[in-house]
Amino acid sequence: MARITAGLTSSHVPAVGAALDLGKTADPYWAPLFAGFEFSKRWILSNRPDVVVLVYNDHASAFSLELIPTFAIGCAETFMPADEGWGPRPVPVVEGHPELAWHIAQSAILDEFDMTIVNRMDVDHGLTVPLSLMFGQPTRWPCKVIPLAVNVVQYPPPTGNRCYNLGKAIRKAVESFDADLSVQVWGTGGMSHQLQGPRAGLINRAFDAAFLDRLVADPEGLAKLPHVEYVREAGSEGIELVMWLVMRGALARDAREVYRFYHVPASNTAVGHLILENSR
Amino acid sequence: MTSYNDAFSDIPGTTVFDATQSRLGYHLNMFCMSLMKADNRAAFKADEAGYLARYPMSAEQRQAVLDRDYNRMIALGGNIYFLAKIGATDGFSFQNLAAKMTGVPEDRYRAMMIAGGRPAKGNRSRSDPTR
Repeated sequence: MARITAGLTSSHVPAVGAALDLGKTADPYWAPLFAGFEFSKRWILSNRPDVVVLVYNDHASAFSLELIPTFAIGCAETFMPADEGWGPRPVPVVEGHPELAWHIAQSAILDEFDMTIVNRMDVDHGLTVPLSLMFGQPTRWPCKVIPLAVNVVQYPPPTGNRCYNLGKAIRKAVESFDADLSVQVWGTGGMSHQLQGPRAGLINRAFDAAFLDRLVADPEGLAKLPHVEYVREAGSEGIELVMWLVMRGALARDAREVYRFYHVPASNTAVGHLILENSR
Repeated sequence: MTSYNDAFSDIPGTTVFDATQSRLGYHLNMFCMSLMKADNRAAFKADEAGYLARYPMSAEQRQAVLDRDYNRMIALGGNIYFLAKIGATDGFSFQNLAAKMTGVPEDRYRAMMIAGGRPAKGNRSRSDPTR
């Protein structure tokens, strides 16, 4: 049977992708951030997933205001990097795992999570930047990826609790898939950042540190945090952190923290990164 | 008891993209979506007013785009992820747009971020600025 072996969280700042694509990773501004992922790049070499369920949000790339799915699962064979206004990122095409994706969709829907099934979708920096941070610049991504897009642009986004429970449903689905696959779940976005209006640039280290602690040790409590507190404490785009709870729900309650990294700033954003391993 | 939507209005300098804003800004944001195609970016750059006339936006919305007044665009229903496509068409990063919206030069905004960003204290609540 397939099993969830590990989970991780990572911010997905577009400027991080640009720094990589333009060869600026050694610049003094960017070097500390990329140094923070050196451990992770080694870790994933010895903990290679067959499939990553990558939880991210689309930033008005695949989904405009015409159609706004709360949870959309990518069931296609491939996903192209999106043109977000300055041409697509020069990264490999993302290869999906349609069989597992459809299985997760069916299992979750029968578990009363009303997933939107997507057969054609370009993927933006929300999905490709975490892949770049973990795998560098390969000519082909070393694993299959199932994109799981969560709406955090149009209010209301799903509650933290809904995201946490969806993670549990994903775990149940993966563990009932009849193939010997190592599956990781990645939650992306965050941490504190605000990109809009006179309050842009908000960073809240204390909130972010507590969020990381509670994500590991008290996910049920953290799942009750109302949206208004995310926005107040972590900035308007800090709401992306609800997606990290999908990852947490998919991991075992006693999952072990093996790595943590936090860095300010990447452009407008506090970068947070966590790796959790399931013991069984 | 404060409603779900009203609770956000206590947060200073922040517009939540709720149903009201989404309805107000639908055509403005859909114009922004069109800039994801290189041909459309070129057409917009060649004749901004003419290109904007293709979308049934309000005169205020069109003027805010021409003025690159991002705070005004947000007040008129724009969402930052959509508006960023105007910035990208102009060759500007999110950081540059953020500096514009906070009314400071980009180098000062960048220095603020390097120094740890805008603190939460004093920026949490309109009703209690000491928080």
